[in-house]
Amino acid sequence: MTARTIRTLTAATTAGVLAVGAAACSTPDNGKSGGPKDAAVVGIAYEPDTLSPLLGYGKDGNSKIFDGLLTHDAKMRLKPALAAKLPQVSGDGLTYTYTLRDGVRFSDGEPFTADDVVFTYRTILDKKTNNASKTELDAIKSVEKKDDKTVVFRLKYPYAPFAERTVLPIAPEHVASKQDVNTGSFTTKPIGTGPYLLSSWSKGEKLVFKANPTYWGGVPKVKKFTMAIIKDDDVRATRLRSGDLDGAILPPNLAATFKSDDDLRTLTAKTYDYRTVTLPSDNPVAGDRAVRRALDVAVDRQAMVDGILDGAGKAAYGPVPTDSEWFTKGTERRHDLAAAQRILDEAGWKAGKGGVRAKNGKRATFTLWYLSGDKLRQDHALAYASDAKKAGIEIKVQSGTWEVIEPRMKRDAVLAGGGSPADPDFDQYTLLNSALAGDGFNNMAFYDNPDVDKALTEGRRSGDKAKRKAAYDTIQRELVDDPGYTFLTHIDHLYVLADRWAPLTTQVEPHDHGLASGPWWDVENWRPKK
Amino acid sequence: MARLVGRRALFAVPVLFCVTFGVFAIAAASPFDPVKAYAGTAGLTASQENLDQLRANLGADDPFTVRWWDWLTSAVTGDLGDSSSLRQPVAQVIAERIGWSTLLCAVAFTLAVLGGTVLGVLAARRRGGLFDRAITFVCYTLEAAPPFWLGLLAVWLFALKLDALPAGGLTDTASEVATAGQVTHHLILPAAVLAISQLPWFVLYVRQGVGDAMDEDPVRGARARGLSERTVLFGHALRSGLLPVLTLVGSRVPELITGALLIETVFSWPGIASATVEAATSVDFPLLAALTVLATVAVLAGNLLSDLLYGLADPRVGFDG
Repeated sequence: MTARTIRTLTAATTAGVLAVGAAACSTPDNGKSGGPKDAAVVGIAYEPDTLSPLLGYGKDGNSKIFDGLLTHDAKMRLKPALAAKLPQVSGDGLTYTYTLRDGVRFSDGEPFTADDVVFTYRTILDKKTNNASKTELDAIKSVEKKDDKTVVFRLKYPYAPFAERTVLPIAPEHVASKQDVNTGSFTTKPIGTGPYLLSSWSKGEKLVFKANPTYWGGVPKVKKFTMAIIKDDDVRATRLRSGDLDGAILPPNLAATFKSDDDLRTLTAKTYDYRTVTLPSDNPVAGDRAVRRALDVAVDRQAMVDGILDGAGKAAYGPVPTDSEWFTKGTERRHDLAAAQRILDEAGWKAGKGGVRAKNGKRATFTLWYLSGDKLRQDHALAYASDAKKAGIEIKVQSGTWEVIEPRMKRDAVLAGGGSPADPDFDQYTLLNSALAGDGFNNMAFYDNPDVDKALTEGRRSGDKAKRKAAYDTIQRELVDDPGYTFLTHIDHLYVLADRWAPLTTQVEPHDHGLASGPWWDVENWRPKK
Repeated sequence: MARLVGRRALFAVPVLFCVTFGVFAIAAASPFDPVKAYAGTAGLTASQENLDQLRANLGADDPFTVRWWDWLTSAVTGDLGDSSSLRQPVAQVIAERIGWSTLLCAVAFTLAVLGGTVLGVLAARRRGGLFDRAITFVCYTLEAAPPFWLGLLAVWLFALKLDALPAGGLTDTASEVATAGQVTHHLILPAAVLAISQLPWFVLYVRQGVGDAMDEDPVRGARARGLSERTVLFGHALRSGLLPVLTLVGSRVPELITGALLIETVFSWPGIASATVEAATSVDFPLLAALTVLATVAVLAGNLLSDLLYGLADPRVGFDG
């Protein structure tokens, strides 16, 4: 090739690139008019890593692409989905038998059978499957197909809330078994039995769903449903205001700016989403029962609800919210600084230098960590430290990533969050059981109380609701006497949504708010208003 | 010329070897835990046994040298491995995204080179004049401005205040197909910001090169022969004044890549940038290594290109020098 031909080539290429550049400057039509009536676009903050139920997607129910054996109604009561009815439970609570619904097909036309159920559960429990939530299925000893329409689960121990775990989505064996479960194409191109099909997933940008024309529960009226992933709260609010979105999850202060807008409705979802401070048993100050009890009454929870949450939430006294049927009435603690000081005085924590108490030469001081970048946790941590200061306990607030915080959890306090509404066992067993102290992120406070341990076991094993309630009452009362955590608030989740559909409802929501939570938990049941 | 290309290609092998090794070493030394990153929020309720199982499956406990060698040997055979953060084969991640990044970079770079040349020549015509002083001032200011800051400023002005252009994404939120019109509309802001962040270097180089050439004998001779100012400027001064710019084209490639990373993040452009950030914070070795190799190759190719262009434009410069 001579220099001349290359020069010509270069010129031609430059001209070509130029043409593209020029085209980029032309202004195309701007399609920002109101979308069609049978389409909805919502903004969410979190993107799923995967859409494969085998890796944990939709494990708490409400995945739009899949169905579980069971599902929840608006009141979080279990109802059958791919099962024809609620399971039959044996008298000893060890065997769960599910009869499957007839005539259900996956979106590729293949029939749904008992083999798919067995495949799904066995694959999740397989050691080679990278599913980070498989501990939740710990109780299962075996899962077997009795006949084409019947699946039997046998448990290692009686586990009362087991049926709640069977909301997890069922994957098609004929597709998912033929590829690598951890990285195969099924993780991004799912096929299920649910009301929607995944139409496209542009990672980091949006997921688009279209109505499943053969859905066994009836074809949804909202034909196209788009979930835009917008991590920044302000950007989400701006795009909602510009008409780009029909709805979005927003923090309380931004949701308030839409109050006067007639076309938009604000929906408040009650939650089990708590913020709490772990008080590690090994810390010489935070592990002292008097200090824990003093902090529990020194903290002004209502001020946090009003100041930090703009009223969108309520005071928390344990993992169970005060308006839950599982809450033990009478365990509410009033903000009482004088009582806190009295408890500390009686326990020998005497006022010392700079307003910080001391006992036997030991200063009443410890460190509290929160996840850096999380404004809500930061506000809670600072408010908590300021309340503690008034009682004479010095809390040093520090921020860090989980990598920084985790090795320090045994000694330092952490501003933690959690919450799962389906069953009281889900939160409390891992949060309070002494056997799980320091096991991953379970029981971060290293809480150790034999009475609580006993009640936790009773609560999960007994199939009798009254007995279970009594067990969880015991735990909540123990948490008053020996609070290993200071529970601060339960946080409402706020959604602002165009008033174009009915019925718009919310469920009681968990700590995680991914795709499944929000007024679109039942988008398949929405009807256009006009 | 072929010898130059061949020698550079040979030289690239040890460079890539060292760069990938460095990536694995640095990632292994980072405080991020690949298992935690993989588990995400589920990891906050997972038992230790569950996490240990994940660690074993992901091979996260192997020394980084072992992981590097495994990666390298399979990469040579064409298998780039699987991305743990995106749960996809690495080749698929790159294939899905690289086109959008290339489009953004190509448009921005072309705009920057052309705009820079035009503005630079205009400034060089009357050095010390009002236009020259104004453009030089603006260029020095822009050189100091980080691209993401320019991006945020552009979003604020054009998307929020004027509502003239979309604030981000590849297409409108409700739209699913990436039509040429939609993509073009969404490309304007990020490409313009990236181009503007690169522009000052070209303006200043062209201004200097053309200005110096104006004082050289051939140009003075051409003027003396009574050729028109236009012929003198474009026929004589620009030709020799552009030589340093050709070198600049290659050496700006690394800056262009880092600039694109920031711009893509600001504008939610679905290119390889978000994948790179994700890969880095999740200690996703296979993806991170593949992307680093890509960036290194781009830089080496940029340098080669500028040397080739230089040789072609100025016959006095040999290819074997």
